[in-house]
Amino acid sequence: MLEKALVGSKKYWMWVSFLGALILVGLVNYLHQFSYGLGITGLSRDVSWGLYIGQFTFLVGVAASAVMLVIPYYLHDFKKFGKIVILGEFLAVAAVIMCQLFIFVDMGQPTRILNVMLHPTPNSIIFWDVLVLTGYLFLNIVIGWVTIGSDRKSVPPPKWVKPLIYLSIPWAISIHTVTAFLYAGLPGRHFWLSAIMAARFLASAFAAGPSLLIILALIVRKTTKFDPGKEAIQALGKIVAYAMFANVFFLGLEFFTAFYSQIPGHMESFVYLYKGLEGHTELVPLMWTSSVLAVVSLGMLLFPGIRRREGLLAFAAVALFTSLWIDKGFGLIIGGFVPNMMNQVRPYWPTMPESLIALGVWSVGFFVLTILYKVAVSVREETAGIEIEH
Amino acid sequence: MSMDRRQFLKIAGISSVLGLGASVASATHPTWVKGLEPPQVGPDPKALKAKHWAMVIDMSRFRTDADFKKVADACHHLHNVPSFKTPDGKVDIKNEIKWIWKETYEHAFPHQDNPYMEESLKEKPFLVLCNHCENPACVRVCPTKATFKRPDDGIVMMDMHRCIGCRFCMAACPYGARSFNWRDPRPAIDPKFENKEYPARTKGVVEKCTFCAERLAAGKMPACVEAAPKGGMFFGDLAKPGSEVRKIVTTRLTIRRKPELGTGPSVYYLIGGKDHA
Repeated sequence: MLEKALVGSKKYWMWVSFLGALILVGLVNYLHQFSYGLGITGLSRDVSWGLYIGQFTFLVGVAASAVMLVIPYYLHDFKKFGKIVILGEFLAVAAVIMCQLFIFVDMGQPTRILNVMLHPTPNSIIFWDVLVLTGYLFLNIVIGWVTIGSDRKSVPPPKWVKPLIYLSIPWAISIHTVTAFLYAGLPGRHFWLSAIMAARFLASAFAAGPSLLIILALIVRKTTKFDPGKEAIQALGKIVAYAMFANVFFLGLEFFTAFYSQIPGHMESFVYLYKGLEGHTELVPLMWTSSVLAVVSLGMLLFPGIRRREGLLAFAAVALFTSLWIDKGFGLIIGGFVPNMMNQVRPYWPTMPESLIALGVWSVGFFVLTILYKVAVSVREETAGIEIEH
Repeated sequence: MSMDRRQFLKIAGISSVLGLGASVASATHPTWVKGLEPPQVGPDPKALKAKHWAMVIDMSRFRTDADFKKVADACHHLHNVPSFKTPDGKVDIKNEIKWIWKETYEHAFPHQDNPYMEESLKEKPFLVLCNHCENPACVRVCPTKATFKRPDDGIVMMDMHRCIGCRFCMAACPYGARSFNWRDPRPAIDPKFENKEYPARTKGVVEKCTFCAERLAAGKMPACVEAAPKGGMFFGDLAKPGSEVRKIVTTRLTIRRKPELGTGPSVYYLIGGKDHA
């Protein structure tokens, strides 16, 4: 089926080459980091994780969100998702690949990365994270490839893939729960030490992932002959609205605990992020941008009248995705490190090479996504009009 | 036992197929091992041992900046800890690596100050280092056991060759005791103080104080304790009722950094100074 990715319009090849160029730029910068060390980033002993780990965390959520299509379709027999579920599964594949690359580029000694498997350490959350992410990647590659392969031949997918699909549901929840546990169990990091962290992660994931899918589905419809379906996109909009409401509510709970308790350690990171601390206001504009976009997008999504107009839905989806990308892909990580363990404010900002490496990883993800979507869309175009029961 | 070339090749061929080459070779040459007894294989009989190494620091004995500098330099020179500087000669806090250093009271013990406290008290210097916790968070989170707690004496150690540089331990340590080699440390090690007896690290690994495990193994006290002013630092076995550290901790008022986190720090700060133990 991969041959379908080798034929395409001029626009397709321009897009693929554009991604290729960005990947190349990222790779060159990574080679520099590989030889010099992580010193080319803005990280320090005070803020020891930054952009890379933030992007990793955010993308685990995007990957997990495929489950928001799998549950309605396979558990509730919501037929409208029949054609679009493959887009969710392939998005999960691309997102997990990005997650693993972001972990890889963050390693000080990347050539030793297999030590995680050679010296398995069950008390470390990273060990479990590597396990569940790899398993989830495998599940989605197999499920996606087999179902689209069957669709191409206009036959129902083999029976053995069903248990894998059901397994992928709790597995999706597990990848993001485990990722939240990376943060939520560290003594002394008050900002992260919150029992609601995993729930918050899942809520923001189920808002950000499907909003990206809305955007992707609209792009697919515009650029190809495959229509993911108006009702499917509308259903996604509804899912995003619920999830975003839960996410904003959960964030509100964090604010309440911090500021009603008045415990300085619990308040300081929030103050740093939203107001500035000891004269440091680096992240304030970003965090308020995120907040405004969150309120605007949620406000738009809550009204069915606005949501039903696809142009406005697309706008809300972009706003919401950007809001959560800032909040979870950046603020959440940096906020945990500022103030540091000595209660000093030592700010962090990513450097140019660091940002280009991150952009390169995103480009790898979009490259994989483009190839997979090209295959899926080509099959869908060929079999247009044929309904296959999965 | 002797064999000709033909016999040897036969045995070697079969055993290598079976994967037994090494064991056959050693079985036929027992004398290879007999003569070789390098001294490293056994522990040094002079080695200092304890069930639970712990430290008591009496800040009142540290009077001048020179007292602090002497201690930090003793450690950092001995362990080839690099000292990165910005072009204008200040400490480069982005690349900074430190094992033992001076921190003000309000930073060593955050949220313990009060609004009426004099600036001089808030800024009273304290020596801080790895606490070699009884229940270390860094060890719990390490995905490769590159940082581990020695079961015999409680020292929290680092295996620089196993560390993958994920820095989870730095996120987990509530004391900021860990440093990362953001770049090759060599250029920032002053050749004047380089210690050829101790390895320098490579880029991309985490490091920290080891309670001078290498000196204890050779029967010596930690370098900082030796360099400290008289009565400034005590080091001993907290599990032994008669030890000096145990006596101080039992009978005098001591505090530890962030004890409420349950990490069980093994570094105690003696309050009230003067005569003790």
